[in-house]
Parts: sequence; C-alpha cells; structure tokens
Amino acid sequence: MEAEGARLSLPRHRRRSVFREERRLGAAMLAPSLAVIALVAAYPICYAVWLSLNEYSVITPGLSRFVGLDNYVEALGSAQFWEAMETTVLFTVISVGLELAIGLGMALVMHRAFRGRAFLRAVVLVPWAILTVVTAITWRTIFEPELGFVNTTLSALSLPGGDVVWLGEEGYALAAMILADVWKTAPFMALLILAGLQGIPDELHDAAKVDGANTWQRFRSITLPLLIPAITVALIFRTLDALRVFDLPYVLTKGANGTETLSLVAQAELVANRNTGLGSALAVLTFITVMGISFLYIRFMGGNIRALTREEE
Amino acid sequence: MRRVLIWLAVVATILFCLFPFYWLINTSLKTGADLSSANLLPPSPTLDNYTSIFEDTAFTQALRTSAIVAGSVTVLSLLIGSFAGYALARLHLPFKFLILAVLLSISTFPPIAIAAPLFEIWTDIGLYNTYLGLILPSLAFGLPLTVYILASFFRDIPRELEEAALVDGATRFQAFRKIVIPLGAPGVVTAGLLVFIFAWNEFLFAITLTSTPDRRPVPAAIAFFTGSQQFEIPLGTISAAAVVVTVPLIALVLIFQRRIVAGLTTGAVKG
Repeated sequence: MEAEGARLSLPRHRRRSVFREERRLGAAMLAPSLAVIALVAAYPICYAVWLSLNEYSVITPGLSRFVGLDNYVEALGSAQFWEAMETTVLFTVISVGLELAIGLGMALVMHRAFRGRAFLRAVVLVPWAILTVVTAITWRTIFEPELGFVNTTLSALSLPGGDVVWLGEEGYALAAMILADVWKTAPFMALLILAGLQGIPDELHDAAKVDGANTWQRFRSITLPLLIPAITVALIFRTLDALRVFDLPYVLTKGANGTETLSLVAQAELVANRNTGLGSALAVLTFITVMGISFLYIRFMGGNIRALTREEE
Repeated sequence: MRRVLIWLAVVATILFCLFPFYWLINTSLKTGADLSSANLLPPSPTLDNYTSIFEDTAFTQALRTSAIVAGSVTVLSLLIGSFAGYALARLHLPFKFLILAVLLSISTFPPIAIAAPLFEIWTDIGLYNTYLGLILPSLAFGLPLTVYILASFFRDIPRELEEAALVDGATRFQAFRKIVIPLGAPGVVTAGLLVFIFAWNEFLFAITLTSTPDRRPVPAAIAFFTGSQQFEIPLGTISAAAVVVTVPLIALVLIFQRRIVAGLTTGAVKG
C-alpha cells in the first residue's frame, strides 16, 4: 500500500517507467520456468500428437509416412487397450475409495489422540516417504510365492491358501496392487483431511453438544460438511495419480494377470515393441483420459490461484 | 469403552503403517532357506545381503546417478522456481492467473505422454541416456509444485520489509534476494524437500530415457534387479537395496515432518 502511495505521488511519466521496469523484471523472472515448461512439457505433448499420426518403419530408422488417425483406430479397436482402460479405472475407483475411507478414519483417530498425535503423524508419514518402487518390493515380500509373509504364515498355521500364487492370479494380483497403493497413499489422504479437521473451530461442536447432538449427528452435520473442500482436493489429487499409475504394476507384476494399466501399455508399445506411432497414440489417449480430472483440479484450485496472484491494491 | 475403541484404532493404524516395512527389513536380514521362514524375527540374522549389494557396481552407480539427478532437479527448480514464485506473488504483471493455472495443469499430465515424444527427441539430439536427459523432464514436473509453494510462502512475508529496502534505494531484485529469500527460507526448505523426494522417486522417465546401468537411477536399478533373474528371485538382496534407499528418506521426512506436512497441505487447505 505504501509503495503504491509512493508510486502515485511520482510524476506521471516516472510512474509509468516504474511499472514498465517491474513488468520487465517480472518477464525476466518468469522466463526460465516458462522456457522449461514450454520446451520439456508443452512442445513434447504437441510432438506426441504429430508422432501418433504417422507410421514408422521398424527396419529403416527415420522412415515414416502420414497415416492420419490409423493408429487411433488400431488402438481403440484393440482388446488390450480396453482391458487396460478397465484395469486402470477399476484400480482408480477401488483404491481411491478405500484410501478415502481409511484416510478419513486415520485422520479422525489422529485428531482424537491428543497425546500421541505427533507420534502417530510420524508413523503415518513412513509409508508416504517410501519410494513407489520400494512399496512394490515391500508388497512382494508379503505376497511372493513360498517366501512371502502371507504364504509362509498360512503354511506355518496349516491354514488353506498357503500354496496360492497371489500375484499370479487375476483378481488377486489386482487386489494386491490396490492394497499396496492404499498402504502408501491413505496416509497422504489422512494428513490432508487432518489439516481440514484442525481448521474446524471447537465452538461449533460445543454448541451442538449443548443442543444435545450426539457424536454421529455432530460428525454428519458439522465435521463432514466442513471437510468437503479438503476431501475434494485430496480425491482429485489421488484420482490423477491413480489414473497415471505406472511404477507399482511394473515392479509388482510387470503388468501380468490383469494389472496392465494405460501407462504400461503405452510404454511397452513404445520401448519394448519400438512402435512409435501406436505407442504415441496410446500415450495421447492416456493423456485425454486424465484431462477431464486435470480440468476439475484446475477449476477447484481456481480460488487458490486467484488468491495467490491477486494484485494487492 | 470409547477409550478402548480409540486405543484399538491407534494400534491398528500403527500396525497397518509399519508392519509391511518391518517385514521388508526382516526379509533383508535372511538368506537361503531362512527366507521361507514365517518367524517374525529372522532365525539367523545376517548382513550378507547388504554387503553383496554394495559390492554390486550397478547399485552404487545408481545411488550416484540418483544423487546427481535428484540433487540437480532440486537446486534448479528452487533457483528458477523462486524467481517465478516471487514474480507471481508480488509483481504487477498481466496474465498471472493464466500463467499459474497453466503451470499447475502441467503437473497433472501423465508422464507417459511426455516420455513418449522425449524418447524420440532425446535420441535425435543426443540427450538419450544422459543425466541432463533425466534432469529436464523431472524439472518440468517439479517446477509447478515449487512455484506454487514458494509463491504462497512469499506472499505471507510482510510487504513493509521489502518496501523499507526499496525506500533505502535497493532495486526490486536486491529486495528479493536480500529480504524475501531469507524470510521465505522455510518455504524454500519445504519446496526443496518435496521436489527432492519427487525426483528421487521418479521412475517412468528413469526407465524410458536410459539404457545403461551407469545412467539408471535407484528406482530403475531396483526394478531391473528384480527382472533380470528369471529362476531364482533374489528377494533378500532386493529387500536390502530397498531398505538402504528408504532409510535416509524416512529420516529426512521424520526430521522435517512439520515442513513437509505444511507443504502437502498448502494446496489443499489454504484459500
């Protein structure tokens, strides 16, 4: 405000030059970030679209011809693409749903446990800090045939199921992948929701108690509605990540037994099969699948972005 | 009764979060026939798996590659991200809303949509299988987060301090360097930690844009470790490698837990 006042007291031409200077500085400060984004993200995406419209010779590198939408027709006509789409969507819906339920539970527990809160928060950060690849390895030590925790324990207790190859059967493999994802990311959900919980004033609960509302009623009509913004953003974040999932199935099962996701199919087509055109088309289709959620995310963040970039006059 | 329920929920949370990692450590201390033991403690604990991974050059090279790549991504994104964060939070500029919205939308792209064309472009211009070829795409994904976190921290610094410096004759850039950066240090630490963890974790670019063991970061090395042996699964050694790369990260996260939670919730709760 004061600087604004000082600026306004300057003669008109001087004031304009201060603004111009500021604009020039701003452009210079934004340039490196925008250059990186343009060259390493925006341009490659456009190039991916171009690549996907061509067919490339496997025998003669560099030889290609324009084929229009042929690669998309092939991708959309293949059973593999639709199976991957089904796996990805199923994985996303179930794991994000479970993460919300478990994350909400954990957040409520952490909120209640006054004495142990700091300790619990530290515990909850452990799975979050573990690399996704290590998460996959961790769950392999649990489900590995003959050596894993589940098989060895079931055998030791003479319970049925000790000889089931959990990661080798459709259904079980996807369930293991979901479990691993829930383990790693429910804590993230819990921390976001806990932050939301801590923002709810105690007075609201006290007032409701005076009015005779029981715990469940207070949860339903005070806690839950006030948590909606925190939950929405956590859901959007997690849905985006789940739709893009790659490392978890890659290391856990190599995409076998009904765990092949969209990103996996595209990457395999591109790198293992060296099929640039079809691989790019699959990558673009993955991009389009995620776009809807990206749009929701930006719309939801609109208020925050506006608050950050608002001029302070 | 209610106390008992809460207490049970606390125990369940602790077990859920820690047991799988405990089992990984347990596995890493076992070799041979012990691996199929169901005991909660290794029957004859040994550090053999740990000594064998450090004798493996692929693993030590991967540690070095990851340190170089994740370190560079963190430094670069803090450097250029702090400029952008300051400009967006403080300067009078047109299109600021649009710029930040575009930046953030980049971070929602599926990496495969960028890895596919980069695989081609990097091969053409010679960045395939290089450190720089790994640093650049991680930077593109790390930057939006850095800019967003730094902009929100810079915005909370009282304007008066900066204005006092301007009155004393400092330029805008000097005020940024001498006042905003030191006061925004907690934000810089937060953003740096999150970007470092993100870059250390990155996997898709790591396996798509490299081809030799000396250019593979840790996650890729661990994944290929798994895939190479078809008949005998070296579960003990993989587990040891997984523990080695995880322990420093957990230590970092626990030391800076307040900063990290603040960073994670910046986007979600503010505003």
